[in-house]
Amino acid sequence: MSLQINDLTLAVDGVTHLDGISANFERGKLTTVIGRTLAGKTTLMRAITGLQHLDRGALQLDTQNFSALPAWRRDIAMVYQQFINYPHLNVFENVAFPLRRKKLDEAVIERRVRGVLDKVGLKGFEARRPSQLSGGQQQRVALARSLAREAGILLLDEPLVNLDYKLREQMRSEFRSLLAEQTQTIVIYNTTEPVEAMLLGDTVVVMHEGRILQVGTPAEVFDRPASMQVASVVNDPPMNFIQGHKGESTLELAGGVCLSLPWHLRGLTIGEYWFGVRANELRVGQTSVTGQVTFSEVSGSETFLYVDSPLGPLTLQVQGVHIHALASNLEIGIPAERLFAFESAAQRRLVAAPATGAQL
Amino acid sequence: MSKLYTFLKYLAITLWSIFVVTPFLWALTTSFKTANGVTGGPTYLPWLQYEPSLSGWKSLFSGGGGIDIVKPYLDSLIVTASASVISIVLGSLAAYGLSRFSYRAGFVKNADLIFFFISQRIMPPIVLAIPFFLMLKWLDLLDSKIGLILVYVALLLPIAVWIMVDFFNNIPRQIDEMAMLDGCTPLQAFLRVILPNSLPGMIVAGMFCLIFGWNDFFFAFTLTFTDTQLLPVAVVALNSSVTPWWSLSASALISVAPLLLVAFVVERYLSHGTLAGAIR
Repeated sequence: MSLQINDLTLAVDGVTHLDGISANFERGKLTTVIGRTLAGKTTLMRAITGLQHLDRGALQLDTQNFSALPAWRRDIAMVYQQFINYPHLNVFENVAFPLRRKKLDEAVIERRVRGVLDKVGLKGFEARRPSQLSGGQQQRVALARSLAREAGILLLDEPLVNLDYKLREQMRSEFRSLLAEQTQTIVIYNTTEPVEAMLLGDTVVVMHEGRILQVGTPAEVFDRPASMQVASVVNDPPMNFIQGHKGESTLELAGGVCLSLPWHLRGLTIGEYWFGVRANELRVGQTSVTGQVTFSEVSGSETFLYVDSPLGPLTLQVQGVHIHALASNLEIGIPAERLFAFESAAQRRLVAAPATGAQL
Repeated sequence: MSKLYTFLKYLAITLWSIFVVTPFLWALTTSFKTANGVTGGPTYLPWLQYEPSLSGWKSLFSGGGGIDIVKPYLDSLIVTASASVISIVLGSLAAYGLSRFSYRAGFVKNADLIFFFISQRIMPPIVLAIPFFLMLKWLDLLDSKIGLILVYVALLLPIAVWIMVDFFNNIPRQIDEMAMLDGCTPLQAFLRVILPNSLPGMIVAGMFCLIFGWNDFFFAFTLTFTDTQLLPVAVVALNSSVTPWWSLSASALISVAPLLLVAFVVERYLSHGTLAGAIR
């Protein structure tokens, strides 16, 4: 029981939006699609809905040929990134709208709409117009409408991105419990944020420039990113990459930095590699290399440091608030045992990864 | 500074209002006068300065004083209302298509089609008089209400399309898409979601159509003769040497009454309808 998409391809005016996308979405599973802006996430969703004309490709829901159905017959609920509601209808009628199109019994509509409005915390707002609600409430109306449908497929296109930080945190945890109830539904959730993808998804699909780079559980994608591109998409701030040479018993990194060879990289053949290290795993105060601070920003309990070093530009994520003057020197420790190794060939595939945090 | 600005603003508004309203007041007082009141110099206050009389208003319906205004009035209502309704319905459909779908015929695209519609109104109406005359003659519709309705639709449709295209373009396309995902066919999405949200636009377009249709003298004059006569032509045909001034004033006032009514209704409505809340 699943939605299969096969070879979805779309190019508009020479720009590739989807490049032969094939995937399988299971019923009762939540799949997050993570990718930067313009990775093709929204286009993929629009292709599934039937709103987007495709150059090539087929969609199949269980045994049904989906491609032949127009959008209004596919029974897909979608929540847009922008808060889309019907401005001329009140909250109750907004949520009831798709149910009325299905010509459901008035009592059923009444029960479902009230139930779902209760769930999303909009009880008492039934008679308001969308314009009389705050942004977060408007997005809840859109969400309520999509949940009330009890559609076979639920698409959520960056539903939290236009909300303020606090509200996003709150709704993210509410999403988890709301979506956990959708046991018969195929849920696909687009996001640009690694945290969201890891937190919500049973499966994570990593997209970049219209292609799927990797599919796996959150742990697989995070701990064993298939390529440098994946590693940079699923880490926020992006992973640092350093060019280097693996020798007999040493790692010679760019800028003349030399480290002793960690155990997990011993199996690699001698040669050139790209090494990756997460921003939060670089150590301040240890002396592998000295760099100059080019920019520093404090975000809540963390400090982000941008440093120019002989290794190239590095980003550090440090717990706590640290004040560093611009252009001041910073001693940075590179934990050799935490390095990812990627081939230097064009695909930059992962060839060795450090032991996972959980030591699986 | 801002006080001076407010003062000047209201001064300007007041002066302009006096300029606009005075002729109406003049016609209003005149319509309640009789021979003595009209010829006795400028007088404004009923009962004090002149003896008011309803004879001017009564003459509109009794046919006295060479006035025959009831039938032209009804004809004008029928022609204007029909032409406006047809223009708004057709214009909205055309505008929705132009707003939502891409058409291409050779080098002609949507923007060219929209310009084509507007370009119909670039030339002076007199250029169209002879072609319209010949066309209606060929259709055997000269001197008929249907012929005038056709001509007015041709003239009003560009305005309706132009206003409605702009209006539909301002309604986010995602709303149509949402309606389709919610189970509406494209036509249902238009009727159930887009139309209710474009009522203010339709009212603006409708107002333009009504005003134009109601006021048009030129085509009503050139394309009709005896069987059909619209109000502007009928009013102009009144002759002050036959028809008394008070009757003329009454007929002038009753001619503009529908437009005043439209203006008040529209003003109320426009201040309410907005699209806020559709999308942020």
